[in-house]
This record gives sequence, C-alpha cells and structure tokens, in this order.
Amino acid sequence: MVTGYSPVERAVRLWLPVGFFLLVALFPFYWMAVTSLKPNAELYNRHLMPLLVLHPTLKHYVDLLTQTSFLLWTWNTMIVAVLSTAISLVLGVMLAYPLARMRFAGAGLIAMTVAAIYLVPQPLLFIPLADLINRLDLGNTLSAVILTYPTMLVPFCAWLLLGYFKTVPKELEEAARIDGASRLQTMRRIFLPLCTPGFISAGIFAFTLSQNEFLYALIFLTKSSVRTVPVGVIAELIRGDVFYWGQLMAGALLGSIPVAIIYSFFVEHYVAGLTSGSVKG
Amino acid sequence: MTSRSEPVVGVVRLARRAVSISGWLDRESVFSWLMMAPPLLFLAALVGYPFLYGILLSLQNRPVAHAGTFVGLKNFANDINDPIFWKVTFNTFLYTAAATLLKMVGGLALALAMNQQFPLKNLVRALLLLPFIVPTVLSTVAWMWILDPAFSVLNWFLIALGVPKPGPSWLGNPILAMASIIVINTWRGLPFYGITLLAGLQTVPPELYEAATIDGAGGWQRFRYVTLPLLQPIILIVTLFSVIFTFADFQLVYVLTHGGPQNATQLFATYAFDIAMASGQLGLGASVALAMFPALALLILALTIYLRRG
Repeated sequence: MVTGYSPVERAVRLWLPVGFFLLVALFPFYWMAVTSLKPNAELYNRHLMPLLVLHPTLKHYVDLLTQTSFLLWTWNTMIVAVLSTAISLVLGVMLAYPLARMRFAGAGLIAMTVAAIYLVPQPLLFIPLADLINRLDLGNTLSAVILTYPTMLVPFCAWLLLGYFKTVPKELEEAARIDGASRLQTMRRIFLPLCTPGFISAGIFAFTLSQNEFLYALIFLTKSSVRTVPVGVIAELIRGDVFYWGQLMAGALLGSIPVAIIYSFFVEHYVAGLTSGSVKG
Repeated sequence: MTSRSEPVVGVVRLARRAVSISGWLDRESVFSWLMMAPPLLFLAALVGYPFLYGILLSLQNRPVAHAGTFVGLKNFANDINDPIFWKVTFNTFLYTAAATLLKMVGGLALALAMNQQFPLKNLVRALLLLPFIVPTVLSTVAWMWILDPAFSVLNWFLIALGVPKPGPSWLGNPILAMASIIVINTWRGLPFYGITLLAGLQTVPPELYEAATIDGAGGWQRFRYVTLPLLQPIILIVTLFSVIFTFADFQLVYVLTHGGPQNATQLFATYAFDIAMASGQLGLGASVALAMFPALALLILALTIYLRRG
C-alpha cells in the first residue's frame, strides 16, 4: 500500500476513521464493565461523571453468582452449544461431502435447497415448531433446543464445508480408490483428516450462533433450571419494571466472555469462514 | 462329492453377493443418497414439516392448548383489516431499508479505512468484529442502559453540552425509538459488512489502481471506476444476507422496546410473537409470520440463484 503520506494526512485518512469505528464498536462493552463495577450509590447518582468508577466493587458479580441461577444457565448454554454444534458438523459433513465430490442426478437441486434452508429465518417457523415441541412433550427440556438449533446450523455448516471441500485436491482420494478403498473409507480415513481448518471455521460459527440464539430458547425454556444465559438474563434479572442494572451488566459481560475467548483463539478461522461463507459461496 | 461341494458353492455365492453389495454401495449415486439421507430427513422433519404445518395453522382458529377449527382465509382477512398489521408492515420495511443502507455505507467506509497498512491491524480487526460476535441479547441490554430514561449516559453528555434536562426520551418517543433500533442494528451488523468488504478489497489487483493512476484518475475516480465495480458482486451478496436477517429481526426489538411505544417499533416477528405466544392465538400469529414469506421467498430465491452462479 502507499505509505508516502505526511503524518497529518495519515492521521486523517487512517487513525481518525479507524479510531471512530473502534470507539463506537467498543463503548457498549466498556459501559457494561464500568457499570458492573459501580456500587449502587454511584450507579444511581446523576451528578457523578458516569464514565469512571470511584469505588469499584465486585458486589454485583457476587450477587449474580449467588442469588441467581447464572452458573446453571452458563452450564446449560455450554451443553446446548457443544451438542448442537457437534450434531450439526456431523450432519453437515454428510450433506457436503457427496455434494462436493460425487456426480449424481439432483445434486444441483439439493445444493440449492440447502442454501435456501440456511436463509430461512427462525421467525418464519417458531409458531408451528412451538406446537410440535409441545406435542413431542419436549417443553422445558434442553433437548428441545439441542434438536431445533441444528435446523439452522446444519444447512449453514453444510454450505460452509461445501465451499471448503471443493478447495481440497482430489489426488489423495483417487490414489486411495485405486488402492481399493471403498468410498466410505476414502472419505473417513483420507479426506476428512485433511479438512480440520474447515471444521474449525464451521464449528466456531455454529458455536457462536447457538450461544446467540434467543427466540427458540425463549419459547421452549420457561423454567429457570433449564434456561440459557440470554433468556435467563432477560427473564429473571428484569423483574417487572425493576431493573438490577449492576447485575444485568455483570451478567451481560460474563455471558459474552466464553464466546469472546473462543473467538479470540480462532479469529483467523472465523474471518476466513465469514468471508468464504458469503463471498465465495 | 456333490453334498460336500454344496457349501463351497454357497460361500462363493455369498462372497459374490458381498462383492456386489459393496460394489452397489460404492456407486456414486447410491453412496451419495445413503450419506445424505439422515440430514435430509432431519431437515424435512424439522424445517419442511413445520413450514407446511405453519400454513395449515394460519388457516385455523387455533387457541393454544385447544384443537383448531378450519376457518379458511379468515386470519389473513383479519390482518388486512388490522391497522396495527399495516403499521407493522411499514415499520419492518423502514427498519430494513434504513439499517441496510447505514450498514452498507458505514461498512464500505470501514473497509476502506481498514484497507491500509498499520501496526496491530489484526487486533483492531478482531476488536471491530466484537459487536457481531457477542450474543445480541446481551449487547442489547447494554444499549438499554445507555438509553435508560433516567440514567442515560448519552443524556448525561447532552445535558453537559447544554441540552435542557432531562434530555430526549430515546425509547419513549416513537420516532426516537425507531431511530434507536435502527442504529443498534447497524452497530451490530456493520462489522460483518465491513470485514467481508475488506476481504473483497484485498483481492483487487494493485496493477488496476496503478493503471488508473497512469491514465490520470484521481482518488474518487479510482474508487468509482475501479473499486466499486469490482466489489459490486460482494456488496450485492452481503446486502441480500443483511436484508433477509434484518427483515425478520426479533431479538433486538423484543429486548429493547417490546415493539413499543404504541407499536412504533413493532416488526412482523415481534407482532407474530405477541399474538401467538402472549395472546395464545396460534392461527392468527402464524398468519402474521407467513406475511413475511412472499418478500423473504423472493430474496432467498434471488440469493440462492446468485450464489450458485457465483
């Protein structure tokens, strides 16, 4: 890139816009953190400068962890996210491999159907699904969401993996076939081990999507003991018109941390998935 | 002799059959369909069936926990005569158009600003994506507190700058509430736009810019005649994505305003939820949710066809 700018010009072209975007993107998180550390006397005093904490306290965190079921919600969220991601990766591979490697009648139609299902937003389906879950007697069980999250994650994983699979060279599989391996053996022993980066991308995406899901969890999980973090925070820290802002902010921050940590480890995979999922198709 | 050769023949036959079964299983079409059967059945059961069942529900008067009675198109007639339904339609289109436009312009600006070399670039990119990663409900709770009627940090600054107390009521005023949900949706979705477009920008060959510069093109002309045309396919795809998921947005509005004040921020998804879950009228709610379908179907079809070609 061109770097022959004067420092002033560089500040205007680079640091001003980048700084602005950073400030806007991060302020709500700063605000969460500051609020969660303020004692109530500071929190509800309109005369103090709001951006700073004078007497930081962990009281809201202690209250959140001891007086609410936050830890249980975190546990539920993790179980649901891990299981629905695992199911979705397995089913996603079973769709993507034949579509990427085999020639058979109807392949184009199936690929389009998978893409179309990936784009169907949940609000179109939640009412009939709610009725279905009731009839299956799965209301207020984690199975209800572990079963329904893959409806959005399977097409998503399949679509992302399909793009990835097509970039893997075919020579090794052809060699294995000549050596007499069946298609299933070729896929399992030769092909899939080559695709770890693709699985990581799809897995992180599916994991963050299931941590983020709200509508199905809100409808299917109405008992505190089975709730996930987003639903628990909204349903139990806002009681009537009373807002426990300190605890709410502590919960919002703690609830974001697992996703943020996993994301920070795999950010390159995430960006690769983000751009290949939409750009390359 | 004959009696002893019998089992040998049988074994050979079995072996042959085994070979032919494994040969049959190894045929491309057989292998493919067997492999795809479980995921396809899963999707048929939990996406296909609910979709058809939703259409059936929309034709019924179906209170929750009661049997439904077929009423034909009565629910849809109800919607057409419901002034709130039309308000919801207007709100949804306004919300989608405004938020998408802001994300597109802001995302392009973000991508252009980030398409320069500077230290810690990868860290900055990772931080900029945070609003898109963090669960929407949790970041919306932070926004709720930023816009709180009594303790808004925004109003604290506005008052310090001389705006009369108590400052604007962000979520209490219908117009400001709509503006707020549009801005927050933009805040969340803009990084997706920006980072995807950035990836697109990085594929533009530098020779093209050099050639344009030699031909006398200025900065704006390089952007207008080199960058934009090359980015156009990516902009189109990201926009279609964004439009689909903004059009059917639920979480942000449900948490921040519950559709209020006086349905000023009610969208299709939140209105369908209110009717079906809060009032327990599954049939009528399903008809409101299905009202999204024509627009969504067109968008999804367009994007699917486009992705296949691309």
